[in-house]
Amino acid sequence: MRHASDVILTTEALGKSFDGLRANNDINFTLKKNRVHALIGPNGAGKTTFVSMLIGRLEPTDGAIWFDGKNVTEMPAHRRVAQGMGYTFQITSVFARLSCHENVALAARRRLGRNRAAVDEAVARALGRVGLGERAEEVAGDLSYGHQRLLEIAMGLASMPRLLILDEPTQGLAESEIAAFKALIRELSSETTILLIEHNMSVVMELADEITVLNFGEILAHGTAAEIHANPAVQAAYLGTETADAED
Amino acid sequence: MTRKDLITHLGLIAVLFALHFLLPTYHHGIFARVMVLAVYAIGYNIAFGYTGLLSLGHAMFFGAGMYGMGLAAYHFAIPALPAWLIGVGCAALLSLVVGLLALRTQDVSFMIVTLMFAQAAYLIILYFSEFTRGDDGFVVPSDMRAIGPWDLSDESTRYIVALILFSGALMISLWLVRQPFGRVLVALRENEERARLLGYDTGRRKLASLVISGTISGAAGAAYAGLFGYVGASFAGVQYSIFALLWVLLGGAGTVLGPFIGTLFMFYLIDLATEVTEAYMLIAGVALVLLTLFAPQGIVGEIRRRLWKDLP
Repeated sequence: MRHASDVILTTEALGKSFDGLRANNDINFTLKKNRVHALIGPNGAGKTTFVSMLIGRLEPTDGAIWFDGKNVTEMPAHRRVAQGMGYTFQITSVFARLSCHENVALAARRRLGRNRAAVDEAVARALGRVGLGERAEEVAGDLSYGHQRLLEIAMGLASMPRLLILDEPTQGLAESEIAAFKALIRELSSETTILLIEHNMSVVMELADEITVLNFGEILAHGTAAEIHANPAVQAAYLGTETADAED
Repeated sequence: MTRKDLITHLGLIAVLFALHFLLPTYHHGIFARVMVLAVYAIGYNIAFGYTGLLSLGHAMFFGAGMYGMGLAAYHFAIPALPAWLIGVGCAALLSLVVGLLALRTQDVSFMIVTLMFAQAAYLIILYFSEFTRGDDGFVVPSDMRAIGPWDLSDESTRYIVALILFSGALMISLWLVRQPFGRVLVALRENEERARLLGYDTGRRKLASLVISGTISGAAGAAYAGLFGYVGASFAGVQYSIFALLWVLLGGAGTVLGPFIGTLFMFYLIDLATEVTEAYMLIAGVALVLLTLFAPQGIVGEIRRRLWKDLP
């Protein structure tokens, strides 16, 4: 075992270069079980690059990723998912021409196989939790943007990951939907570990047990919401600037 | 598979069986040919219509089946049924090898790579003309064209054998697309990256899809050799790859019934156009353009969109 028992994921000196650009540099990151851990930082800080390496969409240039005691650095994305990682896309990426039910069923079936009753039940449960229970038969592409985001989260839930990575889940949601989303994440945090990449500071401050701040591809600070709030370096880089929030 | 699905598809098979007794000789012959070629289209549809793999080289799988069967009968005097199985095996093997290589590419590159492989296969047939009879092709020996007491050159037997083959392919295709595996193929077609991040090994599934597709196409080619008795290089040429694409597009890509409807439609369209003018391809071309403009999802696709949402 590589990890202490309360740790689900660590990265060691993780780095990524795109040609000359160093997008991520020397990231040593630890994620504890059953926590909501937020990853924040100004645009271009390398957040999406970082989580793309965690899930296996991008190959790191250097460093290593350990998930649940296993080195997964070389493991293809689909096998990481089978190991218990879940990922929802920053840009909505549902199966637009399939029904909501089928979208979520595809996520559930990988885990439950041919057991149709169990799949149907998991789908109903996941859709119900995000408030799309009534819309199961609608074609995903016909949903509003906000509902597509929720469907994306339902797909994440149905695969029952031990680590759920949410890439800007509240982007494009209405205020009322954000409130429901917060309640859902609070509920989920007792069952699974959540890594949240988020721009909306009220969501981060309310939900996150821990926060890591990225800036220019490196970890700038790490701590609780209060500690991050009080950190002068973070304020300078991010929280102090109104524009960072407004841009997205 | 719901009851409604079963009734619709078994219904088509029943109608085709009834037509065996009703059709005049000329149309009886056309239907037998259309059913065999529809099996080819059904195979193509699994890769293209359901998985989104736009191949321009499926004639090589049809040809592998045809030559596998034909050469076994011609050179080694192997009877029809085992020879057919050899043809199917050849197509399965070829699609596995081509899949392992071609599936390293995507989209346009995949089209070009499959086209190139098919051209290579076509040229191989011509190059080894001493063995394959090259451009002229060869006639499958008539004593090899029998299954037990049934003579495959007999029109009635031919129709029934074609119907059995077609029914098998149709029901396999229906069963497949209703399986979790078939659903994943559709997911690959719609959004491969998403499917991968739901934990599906997309590479392996695309390969499986291509092998199933190539094998069914090859089963059609092998049956064509046995039933119609002629094996020729033109069946492995680029136009036969395009035909499969056209039939499937016309009938409705990603529908179970589409390949048959498309093949039948195209056959009769050319047949009717030939009666009117020598420039029959012109009429066929105009009809294709019109259909693409006004029913871009194909005939069965349009029925599904307008009338019957659950049609598989």
